[in-house]
Amino acid sequence: MHEILRQLDDKRRRARLGGGEKRIAAQHAKGKLSARERIELLLDPDSFEEWDMFVEHRCTDFGMDKEAIPGDGVVTGYGTVNGRLVFVFSQDFTVFGGSLSESHAVKICKIMDHAIKVGAPVIGLNDSGGARIQEGVASLAGYAEVFQRNVMASGVVPQISLIMGPCAGGAVYSPAMTDFIFMVKDSSYMFVTGPDVVKTVTHETVSAEELGGAITHSSKSGVSDLAFENDVEALLQLRRFIDFLPANNREKPPVRPTSDPADRIEPSLDTLIPDNPNKPYDMRELIQKVVDEGDFFEVAPNFAGNILTGFGRMEGSTVGIVANQPMVLAGCLDIDSSRKAARFVRFCDCFNIPVITFVDVPGFLPGTAQEYGGIIKHGAKLLYAYAECTVPKVTVITRKAYGGAYDVMSSKHLRGDVNFAWPTAEIAVMGPKGAVEIIFRQDIGDAQKIADRTEEYRLKFANPFIAGHRGFIDDVIMPHSTRKRICRSLAMLRDKKLENPWRKHGNIPL
Amino acid sequence: MFDKILIANRGEIACRVIKTCRKMGIKTVAVYSDADKDALHVQMADEAVHIGPPPSAQSYLLIDRIVEACLATGAQAVHPGYGFLSERRAFQEALAAAGVAFIGPDAHAIQAMGDKIESKKLAKAAGVSTVPGYLGVIKDAEEAVTIARDIGYPVMIKASAGGGGKGMRLAWNDQEAREGFTSATNEARSSFADDRVFVEKFIEQPRHIEIQVLADGQGTVLYLHERECSIQRRHQKVIEEAPSPFLDPETRKAMGEQACALARAVDYKSAGTVEFIVDAERKFYFLEMNTRLQVEHPVTELITGLDLVELMIRVAYGEKLALRQEDVQLNGWAVESRIYAEDPFRGFLPSTGRLTRYAPPADSRHVRVDTGVYEGGEISMFYDPMIAKLCSWGHDRNHAIAHMRGALDEFHIRGLSHNIPFLAALMANRRFVEGRLTTNFIAEEFADGFHPGDLPHDDPELLVAVAAAVHRRIAERDTRISGQLPGHGAVVGESWVVMLDGKPHPVVVRPAEKGYAVVVAGGEAITVRTDWVIGQPLFRGVVNERSVCIQIDRVGVGYRLLHAGARADALVLTPPGARLAALMPHKAPPDMSRFLLSPMPGLLASVAVIEGQEVKAGEALAVVEAMKMENMLRAERDATIAKIHTKPGSSLAVDQVILEFA
Repeated sequence: MHEILRQLDDKRRRARLGGGEKRIAAQHAKGKLSARERIELLLDPDSFEEWDMFVEHRCTDFGMDKEAIPGDGVVTGYGTVNGRLVFVFSQDFTVFGGSLSESHAVKICKIMDHAIKVGAPVIGLNDSGGARIQEGVASLAGYAEVFQRNVMASGVVPQISLIMGPCAGGAVYSPAMTDFIFMVKDSSYMFVTGPDVVKTVTHETVSAEELGGAITHSSKSGVSDLAFENDVEALLQLRRFIDFLPANNREKPPVRPTSDPADRIEPSLDTLIPDNPNKPYDMRELIQKVVDEGDFFEVAPNFAGNILTGFGRMEGSTVGIVANQPMVLAGCLDIDSSRKAARFVRFCDCFNIPVITFVDVPGFLPGTAQEYGGIIKHGAKLLYAYAECTVPKVTVITRKAYGGAYDVMSSKHLRGDVNFAWPTAEIAVMGPKGAVEIIFRQDIGDAQKIADRTEEYRLKFANPFIAGHRGFIDDVIMPHSTRKRICRSLAMLRDKKLENPWRKHGNIPL
Repeated sequence: MFDKILIANRGEIACRVIKTCRKMGIKTVAVYSDADKDALHVQMADEAVHIGPPPSAQSYLLIDRIVEACLATGAQAVHPGYGFLSERRAFQEALAAAGVAFIGPDAHAIQAMGDKIESKKLAKAAGVSTVPGYLGVIKDAEEAVTIARDIGYPVMIKASAGGGGKGMRLAWNDQEAREGFTSATNEARSSFADDRVFVEKFIEQPRHIEIQVLADGQGTVLYLHERECSIQRRHQKVIEEAPSPFLDPETRKAMGEQACALARAVDYKSAGTVEFIVDAERKFYFLEMNTRLQVEHPVTELITGLDLVELMIRVAYGEKLALRQEDVQLNGWAVESRIYAEDPFRGFLPSTGRLTRYAPPADSRHVRVDTGVYEGGEISMFYDPMIAKLCSWGHDRNHAIAHMRGALDEFHIRGLSHNIPFLAALMANRRFVEGRLTTNFIAEEFADGFHPGDLPHDDPELLVAVAAAVHRRIAERDTRISGQLPGHGAVVGESWVVMLDGKPHPVVVRPAEKGYAVVVAGGEAITVRTDWVIGQPLFRGVVNERSVCIQIDRVGVGYRLLHAGARADALVLTPPGARLAALMPHKAPPDMSRFLLSPMPGLLASVAVIEGQEVKAGEALAVVEAMKMENMLRAERDATIAKIHTKPGSSLAVDQVILEFA
């Protein structure tokens, strides 16, 4: 017995040290924390239950039989974030560069299976050099086992990846299938092939940071939803983020008490919309003045800025927000913004999070770049996502709702539950000028006639009433009462039940 | 009394006049341009008349439109406020022709005092002491240089029709006199449509002290004591106070009597201000007379208990002043801070835009706010960037300053840059508190501008304690989130480390009566009593015995605290978290010195260089036009222009790259 305890002690000590003090110091020197330090910051104090500390790899080739470190390069288990259960794996770069062995994969799969079974989020802290090459196909099999579970967990429990080091090659596809990817600036990167291969194949010279760093992926590719300054900020923000999410697809979103009154009036919103319909304004101001305590957790703020997505709370309960942003590309829909918002809406729909949509959209972005890039199919994704979505949907049209983009943005016709318009709303096929130039093409040479017709069109259609006549708008609301009206609508929709017909799965235009 | 008065102005002064009219039971008419259709003065007035597009030359300066508005609404009198038409003789005459009373002096006084050269001659004749100078009209730069040499450098070149610091240039040598003449002439022409300038001796270590006069045109001429307006930045007043900490009763009386003598000499009627420059020996020299209500009139009202607007209206109606000189009180001390939409950390460049948050402190016995905007309103590029005037009153100067500090802490503005941190820094400045002022105060005390680090908080522990209390309250609420593991729920911690601007302060926070007891670094417990509710932008509380109001913005997972002009970022971590945070690399911000960035939103008026050109430090690079002001951007060091990124005529966002150095 005594001997066993001594061994146990010894194993635990070795496991906790990971790759050893020297490697931990090297990790620190790179501005990175160790796998266990990261878990310590992420979870509530003393809440971490570690599993599989004694797992070791089974590889005997290339001298690996002489090198075994308990834990095998990944720390796994569960714990709590503000008392709520989460499962976590944290790859340990100090152990074989965090490379994924068969055993390493089995550990990850174990907590994922449990997370699905009990209905709790899976959080991956990725810091891995890639496959354990010494293990060959066994390592690849491990990846695939994880991929399969990512897919099985998708839409069942939230999955979040925080990339805190390298993540290259096939390894990228596990985070790629999770719901959100966050990255740490300067110390993490993701790519399918690294700079060296890129150089050989395409002769492009590019640094790892430029090719797949946090800034690249959170602004250019949209692969990453957020980029943080360092490990500490990333983990604290992750805690804040988890507070918004339901534990699984059977639960309602969490409720956090607030003193912010549901009927709070914001008179300043009455002057948010500029007189000039072509002048932009910051849609974020509206969002911040509507949600509880002005607390808006924006997702993908630096990618496709013409649409805003993120989480807030109304009367303490999580809501997802999608909003056109007139400050960027006049708030139009294009390939990137459609993809960004579609994925966000589908996440909310998976996890019973009501969707609030603020609409000020002049239409789809024209041009060959968009058409060749397949805006038809990408725009359809957002349309599909809204149409398929069965959670409570509240829509507020603040200004423009033109053409097909009006239909897409959670319109009544896509089963919007409550559709409001501000008095400044203009719901029409297109703007007055464009419309007149088509309807009265014969008068184009006559500036006065065109001006008169434009004014006539503006008076007739540049208002919320035509849509109101048909019941496409449930009410015209004063901007200052937006919060109050949304809170009431959500309260009314609390027990909304709506189911789509049974099918294996729909066929979203991917 | 008049039944209806039209206010030929906008912004805070229009609102201020409307307030007095309401008190007197007089109906009011506002006028407004397109840019002001939702403005506060329009909302406050009983009626409002649209008078044109945003530029003031097409609206607030159109005499005909305003006279028409009077006739259309039946207004019997016009209060001109300050600026715009307030000192235009033609306006006074047009109103007289239309049978509308002008609430201000008669045309002849406006005429006599409106011209700086004429007014000085008049003052001299009335026995008022004046600054040595040449009062003739100068025809060119060379003549300006000759005259300047005669008077002796330094000299000030001033526009005859000038005011508000426009068209004024200081010259220490021939070259500056030449340049100053040209630029003053140009600015005078564009600002006042009158390019005459004159030259006078520049007084060193001067104080700007002015006398408020009030005359009824029926024999009574009073002085309502002085205001000291020495705290100026580039000739724009920033802080004013009454009385002056410098004057003794004899000087006050002498200045007051000379001011009255001048007023009598021009048969002055209504409120007016005689500005003096006062040197270190308390010798005073006449500067100019403003024949209107001054921006800073509230400080006089606060110490005299008089309502100057009411008195102006009564005098205009023909009432005789019942007040005698010996009745004029001098009660306590008043200070005014001008809250401007400008960025003190970027060389005070103007800022325009939407006031996303705007909550001034409440009016009280000690605080008065004169404002013309509201939350959701806009500071437009077309007019003066003043947001509000914040005044405080106390029974002595120190109390007035203390109330001003408190009021500045409470003033909550978001959406654009403002100078509150700078004003708070002035209130905390020792030399200011001691009253050792000159008009060079700001230039001397903030010689290389104003920087965020200039004003360390006097008591960092206070900020640490408040950050800890705020964090504890948030942490308590976090533990009440739904869906926790039964029996394994979240527990509120007690021990944290407050990283204040990166510096760690270990704290222990425990609940105490009406708040928390915070032990900072093992010291004595600091009690923080507060009703603060999460989400409120102002944290009000009592820390130990000190009453504080700290503005709190949540920034990511941390807090930004603003207090007494100081700004501090706090991140509250668990002790292990703090240990790990210490391992995080310090990241230097990217080097932008290779670029010339637009310091403000505006229009790129011109670019003075071409690609490949070599420039010396101080050489002009480009001109950015904003708020009707041309801002010259100069090279900070010797460099070569690599690439010009923005074309003249383009509109610029703040920090937009204009050009790149090699």
